[in-house]
Amino acid sequence: MTTTYRYFSKSVWLAMGLLAIGLLVVLPILHLGVDKHSSLYVSSYAITLIGKIMCYAILALAMDLVWGYAGILSLGHGVFFALGGYAFGMYLMRGIGADGVYHANVPDFMVFLDWKTLPWFWHGTEHFAYSLLLVVLVPGLLALMFGFFAFRSRIKGVYLSIITQALTFAAMLLFFRNETGFGGNNGFTDFKRVLGYSITAPETRVAIYMLTGLVLLGALLLGRYIVTSKYGRVLAAIRDAESRVMFCGYNPVSYKLFIWTLSAVLSGIAGALYVPQVGIINPSEMSPANSIEIAIWTAVGGRATLIGPILGAVLVNAAKSYLTVSFPDYWLFFLGALFIVVTLYLPHGLMGLLSALRRKITGGWK
Amino acid sequence: MNTPVTENNETQDGGALTGLAHFVQPGELDASHGPVLYLDDITVSFDGFRALNQLSLTIDNGELRCIIGPNGAGKTTMMDVITGKTRADSGTAFFGQTLDLTKMNEAKIVQSGIGRKFQKPTVFEQHSVFENLELAMQADRSVWATLFARLDSESRDRIADTLKLIRLQDSADRPAGLLSHGQKQWLEIGMLLIQRPKLLLLDEPVAGMTDEETDRTAELFLSLAGKHSLMVVEHDMAFVAQIAKKVTVLHEGSVLAEGSLDQVQNNKRVIEVYLGR
Amino acid sequence: MTRSAIYLCCIVLALLSLPARAALDAGQLSKLAADDNDAKVAVVKYLASHPSPEAEAVLTAMDNDALYQNQGRLLIVRGDQAIDAATLQALGPVPDSAESIIVNNRLRGAVQGALSAFKLFSSDLATRLKAARDVKQDPRPEQLPLIQQALAKETNAEIHQDLLLAQASIQISSSNEAERLAAVKILGATNNPEVRTKLADMLIQNNGQYNEASPVVRAAAQQALKSIDLRISLARAAASLFSGLSLGSVLLLAALGLAITYGVMGVINMAHGELLMVGAYATYFVQGWFKTHLPQHFDWYVLAALPIAFLAAAGVGMVMERLVIRRLYGRPLETLLATWGISLILIQLARVSFGAQNVDVANPSWLSGGIEIIQDVVLPWNRIIILGFSMAVLVFMSFLLSRTRLGLFMRAVTQNRAMAGALGVPTGTVDTLAFGLGAGIAGLGGVALSQISNVGPDMGQGYIVDSFMVVVLGGVGQIAGTVYAALGLGIVNKLLESWSGAVIAKIVVLVFIILFIQKRPQGLFALKGRSVD
Repeated sequence: MTTTYRYFSKSVWLAMGLLAIGLLVVLPILHLGVDKHSSLYVSSYAITLIGKIMCYAILALAMDLVWGYAGILSLGHGVFFALGGYAFGMYLMRGIGADGVYHANVPDFMVFLDWKTLPWFWHGTEHFAYSLLLVVLVPGLLALMFGFFAFRSRIKGVYLSIITQALTFAAMLLFFRNETGFGGNNGFTDFKRVLGYSITAPETRVAIYMLTGLVLLGALLLGRYIVTSKYGRVLAAIRDAESRVMFCGYNPVSYKLFIWTLSAVLSGIAGALYVPQVGIINPSEMSPANSIEIAIWTAVGGRATLIGPILGAVLVNAAKSYLTVSFPDYWLFFLGALFIVVTLYLPHGLMGLLSALRRKITGGWK
Repeated sequence: MNTPVTENNETQDGGALTGLAHFVQPGELDASHGPVLYLDDITVSFDGFRALNQLSLTIDNGELRCIIGPNGAGKTTMMDVITGKTRADSGTAFFGQTLDLTKMNEAKIVQSGIGRKFQKPTVFEQHSVFENLELAMQADRSVWATLFARLDSESRDRIADTLKLIRLQDSADRPAGLLSHGQKQWLEIGMLLIQRPKLLLLDEPVAGMTDEETDRTAELFLSLAGKHSLMVVEHDMAFVAQIAKKVTVLHEGSVLAEGSLDQVQNNKRVIEVYLGR
Repeated sequence: MTRSAIYLCCIVLALLSLPARAALDAGQLSKLAADDNDAKVAVVKYLASHPSPEAEAVLTAMDNDALYQNQGRLLIVRGDQAIDAATLQALGPVPDSAESIIVNNRLRGAVQGALSAFKLFSSDLATRLKAARDVKQDPRPEQLPLIQQALAKETNAEIHQDLLLAQASIQISSSNEAERLAAVKILGATNNPEVRTKLADMLIQNNGQYNEASPVVRAAAQQALKSIDLRISLARAAASLFSGLSLGSVLLLAALGLAITYGVMGVINMAHGELLMVGAYATYFVQGWFKTHLPQHFDWYVLAALPIAFLAAAGVGMVMERLVIRRLYGRPLETLLATWGISLILIQLARVSFGAQNVDVANPSWLSGGIEIIQDVVLPWNRIIILGFSMAVLVFMSFLLSRTRLGLFMRAVTQNRAMAGALGVPTGTVDTLAFGLGAGIAGLGGVALSQISNVGPDMGQGYIVDSFMVVVLGGVGQIAGTVYAALGLGIVNKLLESWSGAVIAKIVVLVFIILFIQKRPQGLFALKGRSVD
């Protein structure tokens, strides 16, 4: 996890390129262009699952930027993810139009609350571009405000983690209320269309899926640019010796604030991509347990490695999809044990394990 | 070092062209009229304990000042106040004529030209020696600038010069955490110099150094004096004897004595404090 | 005896008795034999307003379903003997044709109301006091004569006051203005919400006419209302203050253990809530054991659960410390994640062993019920006792920390581990014991929680954020700060709750804490130090 780590070696670039082609070109073709009964056919379940996991991977990457590179362990990233999801969900809800159960021109849950008109914060959400703006602005502004207060008063370490947990907990309580205007318990669901296309059509699915893949790739390249820049080195220096950085003339508050806000925006985008693929967003996305899971994806893969967290998100969520179906009683045992084992025995995650193995084989120092 | 002359006819290292009227730049050091550092009546207390008690002290431009005093005399707290790490309960602290240190944060104070070396050498252990110097080098420290920063050849040369000065040119690519204690001290001094500060605060700079390294440090400090102002806190009296022109003795948070090393060593009150009553 | 003979007998007796004892009007009484419930109620009211031994006997008989009628004539049945209801003369065995008089609920209410008024004349002080309370709470106009008679005789000041209130509550509807005025003046001291409504009613205008015509009475009513409302709002405020203190004491129990593990030792334990859960399930377990083995001493199972819950949670805590936390000292973020993992495992263990549903933990009798400070404002015993219990735990803990060798060692180890080790303090053992102590206190908290909230696998999750907030707000390592923060948070939360609803209150409090930490990052009671990092 030192800055002498090379981003990335040739073989990693090659593997990433192949994987990108496989996921972004081959799989969509196998889904759209192959007969359903063929053994090569990739089901829509698989596409949705992979798309969902890619959203989680973006989220893990966002976590790595703040935790791995700035030493800020956020236990509240779920709130940014969910806010992004809700922002885009509002657009999708408006897209239902009068096709809801009550055939009203407000979303069904508002009919239930006996609201005749849309609350002010729903205005304009029928516009795709505006909702995209919200996806970026809402989590970004919340993070900016929260971070400004937190970093300015030099809250760090465990304190900060606990407060971020309180943040997401408070947001969850707020969104659980029906009167808040986001569907309460049930959140948003039953989406019909996006940009006029049916949301369940295979072509729409694949389009969102490919977009997710591209965003993930873009986030990875952006992350790589940031952590290899001088900014990234200052950030890592803040993580290791904050007061020394201050006495080099840098103001750590603005450095932390930038990466924190960027990370929140990335999380929000991940949430916005997640909602149309999964078809639902509700306040449980903001539960503290969900947010802390993001940290374990990152830790499993290896902090401050960028690809490690992606790997971690993929592996843990694949395991989750398998275990919660096949051995539902054991999933929490597995997850709990993962937290313990990774922190005790794999402080640098799988990436650390890999490079340790490579070092053993080549016998080299680096 | 080539010191560019700024628009207001004030040289980079603070030496003013006396007698000429000049504009005072907001946020810039103006040491044209006397001392570079001016502490007056500073008091700091922690839960009733007075770490600094109405301390007053001035450092002249280009001066090399040694600060000595028993443990708990307030040396480190004084540096904390100057660098903005601790806020004074009362009193004033000015850098030059215009910069009120009590109203600035740590980063601003550094940017205005005060560099500090801590008692315990703190370098960025995960970064290479080269990167340590790169981060410390005087440059635009805004987020935006660092995001798009590229090292130009002039900066590379400066880093290379500094590496040579601190004799770490062979370790440039090693992580700083792997350096010896003395090397870390030198690296930190190098990081301080590459900031091009006008005033250097050095807290026990030769602790953990070999005799040879100590001699070289003394040499370096003497060569810096004149161009920079230095404030050195040191317990090693041999080292102090090597470099000191003027010595200040702190005791219980205020100045006990000030003068040449001989003068303070023969001061009755100083003897009392050091040898007990 | 034939039926006609009895009949004859009765008539003779009735004719004989009437002139002699005119206490009960047989004509009135005979309406009780009819099927008309309204008429029956009217008779009961009549009886109530004409106190006499006969009337009391009739009403008591009705209340015990011992009043019979035989061909329009009323009999009180005692064993197999009948007594004439109007005269209380013995009539011999109960005739076969006698039918029981049906007392429906409405009638029974009236009977009991009347009877309670009769108790106003009991020679037993406690009985009289209770009766006076009853009439004060539920005054009936027909009781007025009785109340007035009782007032004339009553010597006990407390009973006298209650009777005055009861009288006033009835006379407020009097047609006599002077009586109304006197009544209204007295009624400032009532807590009865119905009477309050009547008073408020007097001040309502209807078509330009006040319901109460006299301005003097209206002014007095206004005065009385004011003093009633003041008292009620004081009682309400006391009640919400109490529920705030109660929530505070729960938070305190949850946070005290954390004050040791996090505050003193610096270990961030996300499984702290699950240690509460362990304590609560231990209580459930002890309850089950008492049910099967010591059902006669069931009431005391909570006391037996205390040491067991303490030991169970402490045991879990010490195992955690030995196996996991020990290897992570000095790495708080990793500790946080690992202990979160432990909490997941504990939750799932609880689910697998006790089921995912909440289990039933009953209050023993001495923890049920409560004190009613005014009508509808009850302070439950379990909450009162938990408030006291949390204080006891606090005392126990500060005693351990300040007066015992373990406490001394703990403080030494946290201040300077190396030095303490050099002086021969077994630092490893001290860590384990200290963590066990913090966990055990959480277990005690679990016992208390089992008495006031649901016991289930997820119960601990709800407390973790709150209890960290308490410790953070109070200042790390500050037991006194923890106490003030817990009680303060509890009270603020409850006051906000009554004003804005529970969820908003919780959010407001969280936002407040976040803002507060901006101002004082070291908490309420932080010591300023020379160097913080």
